Amino acid sequence: MKLKSRHLLGLEGMSAEDIGLILDTSVSFKEVLERPIKKVPPLQGKTIANLFFESSTRTRISFELAERRLSADVVSFAASGSSVSKGETLKDTARNIEAMKIDMVVIRHSSPGAAHFLSKVVDANVINAGDGAHEHPTQGLLDMFTLREKFGSLKGLRVCIVGDILHSRVARSNIIGLNTMGATVSVCGPATLIPREIEKLGVEVYHNLEDVIQRVDVLNVLRIQLERQESGFFPSLREYHRYFGVTREKVSKASKPVTIMHPGPINRDVELSADLADSEHSVILQQVTNGVAVRMAVLYLLGTS
Amino acid sequence: MKKTKLFDQAGLKRTINRLAHEVVERNKGAEDIALVGIRTRGEHLAHRLAKTIQEIEGKPIAVGCLDITLYRDDLHGRLDQPQLKSTEILFDITGKVVVLVDDVLFTGRTIRSALNALMDIGRPATIQLLVLVDRGHRELPIKADFAGKNVPTSLKQEIKVLMSEADNEDAVYLIDPPDQGNT
Repeated sequence: MKLKSRHLLGLEGMSAEDIGLILDTSVSFKEVLERPIKKVPPLQGKTIANLFFESSTRTRISFELAERRLSADVVSFAASGSSVSKGETLKDTARNIEAMKIDMVVIRHSSPGAAHFLSKVVDANVINAGDGAHEHPTQGLLDMFTLREKFGSLKGLRVCIVGDILHSRVARSNIIGLNTMGATVSVCGPATLIPREIEKLGVEVYHNLEDVIQRVDVLNVLRIQLERQESGFFPSLREYHRYFGVTREKVSKASKPVTIMHPGPINRDVELSADLADSEHSVILQQVTNGVAVRMAVLYLLGTS
Repeated sequence: MKKTKLFDQAGLKRTINRLAHEVVERNKGAEDIALVGIRTRGEHLAHRLAKTIQEIEGKPIAVGCLDITLYRDDLHGRLDQPQLKSTEILFDITGKVVVLVDDVLFTGRTIRSALNALMDIGRPATIQLLVLVDRGHRELPIKADFAGKNVPTSLKQEIKVLMSEADNEDAVYLIDPPDQGNT
C-alpha cells in the first residue's frame, strides 16, 4: 500500500486506488484527532516548509496543525515579510530550501503549475496547497472524505458545484476527483463564470439553480470573490444572490434534503444564506475538521514512503 | 519447508482458558481490568480472552484494539508501507489495569510501540503483557507477564498464528525455512 507519486500536485491523473488509500488513511487520523493527546510520532525528525506565496488562513493553519500532530518540525514562510517580496525567484527560494535540508514542502502560489515546477527542482516531497486556478488537491480530497463519511460511498452520488467555476481550483480538483471515484458532477453558475468547454472534464452545465437542486444530493457552494464584480463578471452582488445564492427557500423545493458544502470563507447571504450555512444540512464545519485528518494522511503517506 | 503444529483448535482453546484464569488470579478478580489487543491477531485473541474472563467472573470486561503503525520504529525506509488502521479504545484507560494482548512476542519492538501508543491515550495504573507464544530473541528489555507457550526458535524460523476470525482455522505453526540443500 503506497501512493504511486512522491508528490501531491493535483488529483488529475491520480487513480481511484490512490484516492481510496488517502481517504481510508484519513479515517485513522480522524480517530487520532479525537484522542486527548492528538499527537502521533510518524514524522519525527522530518522538517516541513510551508511556502504560502498567496494569503491563506484556513489551509495554512490546517496544514501546520496536521504537520505538528505528526511530530514534524515546521517552518512557515508567508509572502509578505519574506524574500519573496524582495523579488527572489521561485527557483532561488527553492534552492535555499534545499540548502536547509527540508524534507517536504507545502506550496500555495498564484501561478498554475508552481507546485509542479518546484517538484522538478527540489528533492523534497511537494504538496500543492493551491496553484492559481489550477488545482487544490487537499481541498478536493477533504470534500470527498466528508461526502464519503456522510453517504458511505461516492459512487453514483450527485454533486453540483455552484458559483465561480472559472477562477476556482477547488472546482477543478473536486470535478476530477469525484469523477474518478464514480460520482456524477455538475456545475451551475452565470455563463460568464463557467469556463468554455468545461463539459470536457465530464460535467453537466446548468445555469438555473432551481432546476439543478431537484437533481442532486449535494451542493458545493463556492465563494464569490467580491473583486469579480468590479471586473464585470456579474452586475451586482444582489443580483448574484437572487439567481445563484443558495437559500433555504430554494433548497426546500427539492424533494429530498440537499447537503450543503462550502470551502470557506463564506460571504454570508451572498453565495449562501446565513441560516442555511448553520443548518443541520450543512457539513461546512465537518469539512474543516476533516481537512486536518486528510492532510495528516497525505503528509504521512508521502513522508514515510 | 517444514511445518510443525504447536497448537490445534482444542489446544488453543485450553491455553486461552488457562491465560484467562491466570489474569484473574494475578489481579484478584477482573475489577478494573481492560484488555487491549494489538491489531490484528492480538485483537481477536483479546476478544476471546474477554469472553472467557466474563464467563469466569460473570461481569463484562472492557476490550479495545490498538493500531501501532504510527509508533513503529521502522516506518521510514521500508519498501512497502504498512496499512494504517484505527485504534478503537472506547473507554478511559486511566487508572485501569491494562492487559496488552499480542499473538507472538519476538524482538519486543511491537510492544515498545504499543506502550508509547497507550501512554498517549491515557495513564493506566499498570500495564501487563499477555502473549500466546514467546519465541525469544528480544532486542529490548521487555518480558511477558502471561505467556501461552515458550517456544525456542531460530531467527530463520517463523511462527504463524491463525485465528478463525481472520483465517480459515484456529492453529499455531512453527515454520522452518526451505531446506537450502534441496532446492
